[in-house]
Amino acid sequence: MARQVSPTRTWATTVAAWIVGLLIFFPILWMVLASFKTELEAFSVPPSFLFFHWTTENYAAVQGRSDYVHHAVNSVIIAGGSTLIALLIAIPAAWSMAFAPTRRTRDILLWMLSTKMMPPVGVLVPIYLLYRNFGLLDSRAGLVLVLCLGNLPIVIWMLFTYFKEIPKDILEAARMDGATVGRELIYVLTPMAVPGIASTLLLNVILAWNEAFWTLNLSTSEAAPLTVFIASYSSPEGLFWARLSAASTLAIAPILVLGWFSQRQLVRGLTFGAVK
Amino acid sequence: MGSITLEGVRKSFGPHAVIHGADLAIEDGSFVVFVGPSGCGKTTLLRLIAGLEDVSGGRVLIDGANVVGVPPAKRGLSMVFQSYALYPHMSVRGNIGFGLKMAGLERAEINRKVEAAAATLNLTPYLDRKPRELSGGQRQRVAIGRAIVREPKAFLFDEPLSNLDAALRVQMRLEVTKLQRQLATTAVYVTHDQVEAMTMADRIVVLNAGKIEQYGSPLELYERPANLFVAGFIGSPRMNFIAGEGAQRYGAATIGVRPEHLRASRDGEGWEGRVSVAEHLGSDTFLHVEVTGIGTLTARSVGELGLTMGDSVRLLPDPARIYRFAGDGKAMRQ
Repeated sequence: MARQVSPTRTWATTVAAWIVGLLIFFPILWMVLASFKTELEAFSVPPSFLFFHWTTENYAAVQGRSDYVHHAVNSVIIAGGSTLIALLIAIPAAWSMAFAPTRRTRDILLWMLSTKMMPPVGVLVPIYLLYRNFGLLDSRAGLVLVLCLGNLPIVIWMLFTYFKEIPKDILEAARMDGATVGRELIYVLTPMAVPGIASTLLLNVILAWNEAFWTLNLSTSEAAPLTVFIASYSSPEGLFWARLSAASTLAIAPILVLGWFSQRQLVRGLTFGAVK
Repeated sequence: MGSITLEGVRKSFGPHAVIHGADLAIEDGSFVVFVGPSGCGKTTLLRLIAGLEDVSGGRVLIDGANVVGVPPAKRGLSMVFQSYALYPHMSVRGNIGFGLKMAGLERAEINRKVEAAAATLNLTPYLDRKPRELSGGQRQRVAIGRAIVREPKAFLFDEPLSNLDAALRVQMRLEVTKLQRQLATTAVYVTHDQVEAMTMADRIVVLNAGKIEQYGSPLELYERPANLFVAGFIGSPRMNFIAGEGAQRYGAATIGVRPEHLRASRDGEGWEGRVSVAEHLGSDTFLHVEVTGIGTLTARSVGELGLTMGDSVRLLPDPARIYRFAGDGKAMRQ
């Protein structure tokens, strides 16, 4: 649909888009700025925007008080591990639901989605008790398991939607061309589904990285990922804004970089089904 | 070799019967077209031959061997899909050669065959392009190339030209026909376009509501339709049907006259009516005439008669070309 757009209109849209973009970005920017202020300047009124005494003392303080690398490694293991296990389960599940559906497929999909409608706090006590009895509290394995199960419905749904978009004709053409089921999977289906699998993977890593409810409740130190690391800076002795900001900046930096480099895949992943 | 025989083939999807017992013998090397209105089961019948659907009853024989239960890959047939169904991540070369690769041929052998097929279809300059970089007609050629390169027992075409524009469709129609004659490989072709059916086929299967209405050469179907359905389906514009008193005079429940067998004149003998619409094509004129007591009749006349809307006209049927049908719709002897 070609539509005549006047220059004024283009200009107005551009300005509006920038305003919205900056509004959304502002809290992150403010956090990064605050991480370079002294504690006093961090909550001074009126706040100083750029003209303050820049310091890296907060980063030094954070590194001195807690072990960033330990938490970051935990985050990587938990986010990566839960995503990989979820994909291993979800790929065959989505294949079969997309290409060999039964009368119950629709119901199963809806049932899986319905599990995401329940507030997690509703099952916190039973899960906490189970974890305590099985010795899974504050263990990486326990967090991998809970995040994997928590995100599995979303992963299956996303993959199912992707696989659904692959035209059946192409699979039938492969069958007519003499491909067995295995070779159809290797040579035709998988290469066509790779973009879908990649964006599902990225999105799930980000979801798992940012997950705070289960990680805060089920881990304390050994298995604690970066979410716990941030939360430890809001303490009963009072808030240390500058240090909290420094910790948060450190915690979100890796995922921000990952997101930056995978923007295109992510946009495709988040708008899946909407744009062909 | 590639003869295909259907014996009492039935297909149901759940409680819905789609094919009610089809019997058909397709000779080796012939070009057979399945034609019928949408939903008549022609594509289903093709997919049953291909093995993409399982029969609910009856037998499918290829070169005399029953292939029921044999997977599509093992039937030795190749298929051209309506949507082309090219592999989007493979080049033209990869697409055409995929079947050969699955058959485990040597790379040099595959290349030789793919290049020969590409040359036949004028695809040589595009061998290293991806399907998305090709036009509709070129994609269609790749799909055909993929089918011919494997030297199958038979080609199955599922409405392959329906996504092309009208001019290209006519051109591809000729090319497909020529290619099939040249290769002398059995072809089964599904279409809803009776012009395609008439021009391409050695023999036509007219299907309606899951039943084979008639099987014969294009001219047999035109000249000796077995029943009302075939009479109405084959021929364009469609045959005029007259029921009631007008038909009883000929000893039939219904009579049919093709538009080209109705002679229109300003005065003289025949049914009297008024022109409601005149379609001028230059070479022909189609007159839609309101005849009192009969209804609307279509007449085709060569050239221009100078008749326009509202003019009174006489329509005289060629007495040798009046088709008579009994009360059950079956054709009566002439």
